[in-house]
This record gives sequence, structure tokens and C-alpha cells, in this order.
Amino acid sequence: MSHDHDHDNEFDPFAARVRALETILTEKGLIDPAAIDVIVDTYETKIGPRNGARVVAKAWSDPAYADWLRRDATEAIASLSYTGRQGEHMQAVFNTEETHNLVVCTLCSCYPWSVLGLPPVWYKAPPYRSRAVIDPRGVLEEFGLTLSAEKKIRVWDSTAELRYLVVPMRPQNTEGWSEEQLAELVSRDAMIGTAVATVPA
Amino acid sequence: MNGPQDLGGQMGFGPVAPEKDEPYFHAAWERRALGVTLTAGAMGAWNIDESRHARESLHPADYYASSYYQIWIKALEELLKRHGFISERDLAEGRAVDPAATPKRVLKAENVPAVLAKGGPCDRPVATPARFKAGDPVRTKNFSPTGHTRLPRYARDKQGVIEAVRDGFVFPDSNAHGKGENPQWVYTVVFNGPEIWGEGADPTLTVSIDAWESYLEPA
Repeated sequence: MSHDHDHDNEFDPFAARVRALETILTEKGLIDPAAIDVIVDTYETKIGPRNGARVVAKAWSDPAYADWLRRDATEAIASLSYTGRQGEHMQAVFNTEETHNLVVCTLCSCYPWSVLGLPPVWYKAPPYRSRAVIDPRGVLEEFGLTLSAEKKIRVWDSTAELRYLVVPMRPQNTEGWSEEQLAELVSRDAMIGTAVATVPA
Repeated sequence: MNGPQDLGGQMGFGPVAPEKDEPYFHAAWERRALGVTLTAGAMGAWNIDESRHARESLHPADYYASSYYQIWIKALEELLKRHGFISERDLAEGRAVDPAATPKRVLKAENVPAVLAKGGPCDRPVATPARFKAGDPVRTKNFSPTGHTRLPRYARDKQGVIEAVRDGFVFPDSNAHGKGENPQWVYTVVFNGPEIWGEGADPTLTVSIDAWESYLEPA
């Protein structure tokens, strides 16, 4: 086998359970373990929040692209070759001076994999999923983000197959920056809405 | 179903506790869990709605005590049993003992990039015109179906406004149960915080859901 399981604690019952399931399915010819290796490699090394950061940086740099992203995020994002699983139907939401956007999936863990990669544990766990819709300011405080009292908060609960990408506001003092430089200011959390773009020092 | 997955507005789970520089996987088995789930799904025996329903059908105590990859694997075992791919004896022995149903396809390594890039679009043409348009006031349905639904409890029987007419999409409430895709129009519906949470709600808050047409009535 091209992969190994040596990094798991051999006494972890869940590791044994997953290994048994993979073994059964492989022996029955239902799955190809090498396909699992490719899937893992894809989401560990190829698809991640750098994709989304490039989308945001391009939107900051190119008003025509920003407009396209607003109207048809799926196509605008596909033009940068970011397509596929859990990004089939994209919607971009833009932060403004008046409104901060926050994305959650209260019912499961829907997340725009094609632009952000696999979701972090907290995004999938009950504390965030329960509180983002009722106490978003409290949640943001836990991320170190304090919004002004008059700022409106819009929470997008991804209850259907649309996947949301937050476009944070472009920081000041970044005139003339290249898209590559701008992308460095865009964190995964800023594209979920639990952070804002990094302000350059 | 009013199950453990329907978390919006529940209390008592504590702080969010984001992990700095979080790795994609916290144990080697999580990598295999992701891959086994995706490759098994690629057999084509069930759809995403059925798999979501299998996850939310875990006992609430089990659901809340499990990490998300554990939820995936526990639900996957149920799906595999339901569709005749594995048996209790297989699981008990940790190896293939009983024969399996024939899958529609087996995902091979060389096909993974194309399959992931293609994804699984679930927009579908709808024969009838959209019932609502942007700006229309609507009230969400009040119901408690025992099967799968994507209308969260906190957003039932609430007055909101259609913000956007999306596309026709597969209807999960029937698709999860093998009763067909029955596509419907989906709308983004926005609610004021106080409409949802009542007294003491954050007046600067609005919450939107994406709702299938049959979840909505004119208001």
C-alpha cells in the first residue's frame, strides 16, 4: 500500500474503526485506497484559502472583476480555475463601511471548499454553529474582532447549496500593491467573516 | 427533523475556541476518514441529502460527543449497511466476510482530479415560474417533519423578506428519502434579529437563510 497509518496511536479505537472500514471496502473492491491518497493530497496541498485570497485580491484590484464576482461568483471564480466540489454554486458577499458579513452553516458544515479548502474544526463544531446566528458579536470577540456598536451584522446561514465567500474591505495604505501582495492580507477567517483583512504595518 | 444538527440559537456549548495555525487534520485517521467518505460516496448509491440525514440521525448524545469526522464515519457505516455494501459481520470482524452489492462505479485514483473539479451541481430546471420576487414579504412555514429538512427551527414561522431569487435546486426533503429530486426555486430570505430572537435581540443583526419555495408563504 502506498499509504501508511503509522502516525495514529494504535490504541485509538476510532483510528482502528476507520482502518477496519477502509480495509473492508478495499477488500470488496468498492474503493481504491490510492484514490484516497489523491483526495487527501488535493485538500492538504492544492486546495486551500490561498485560492479565495486570490479571488479577493483580484476583486480589490479590478472593479470589473469585482462587479462580475458580485453578479456571478461561480463563473468569476471559475475564471481563476477554482471549481468543483462544494463550490458548485458560489455567492460573494462584500463587507462595507455599514455592514459586516459572517457565514455559518447551522445545520451541518457547508463551506466553500473550492476557495477555502477544508473547514477548520471550530466551523463544524456546536459552539460556532449555535451562536453565530444569535450572538455574532460575542463570537467575533472570541476571534479578537470587536465591531463598532453601529456596524450592522449580516449572518448568512448556508442552509441550501449556495456557498458564501466574504469579500473583506481592502485595507487603507495599499494603493499600488500587486494582487500577490494584497492576497497576503486575506486570511481564511476574513473570508468566513470572523476576521477582517490584515492591516499592513 | 428536529435533531441534534439543528443548532442555531442553542446555548451551553461554550466558547468557539479557534485554534491558531490549525492543521487540516488532527490525526492520521482523519485523512482516511475524509477519503473513505468521499470514495464511498462516489459509488453513487446515495446522494448528499441522504448522507446529511444519516449524520443528523445519530443519537443526539452521540452526535454532540463526536468530532465531525467521527460523525461522518458513523453515518457512513449506516449508509453502507443500508445499501448492502457492508454487514454487521464485516464490521465485527474488521474484514470482508459477506458479499457486497454492486456499486455504480468505483472511483480510481486517476479519476479523482476530474471528479473533484466537476463536483456535484444540484441546480435543476424548474418547470414553473418563481412564485416570489426580490422584495416580497414572506412567512416561513411552521412544521416539524420527522424526515430531512433544511428549514432550521429558529427560522420557522418567521416573517422575512425575499432578498434574492436564486435557481432551481434539488429539494432535499424528498431527495434524502429516495423520493426524487423534485426541484424547487430557492430564495435568500432575510430576517431581522428581533423577529427571530425576540426580546433583547441585537437590533443591528439580520440573518438570512436559503429557503426552498415550499418553505414559504406570502405575508
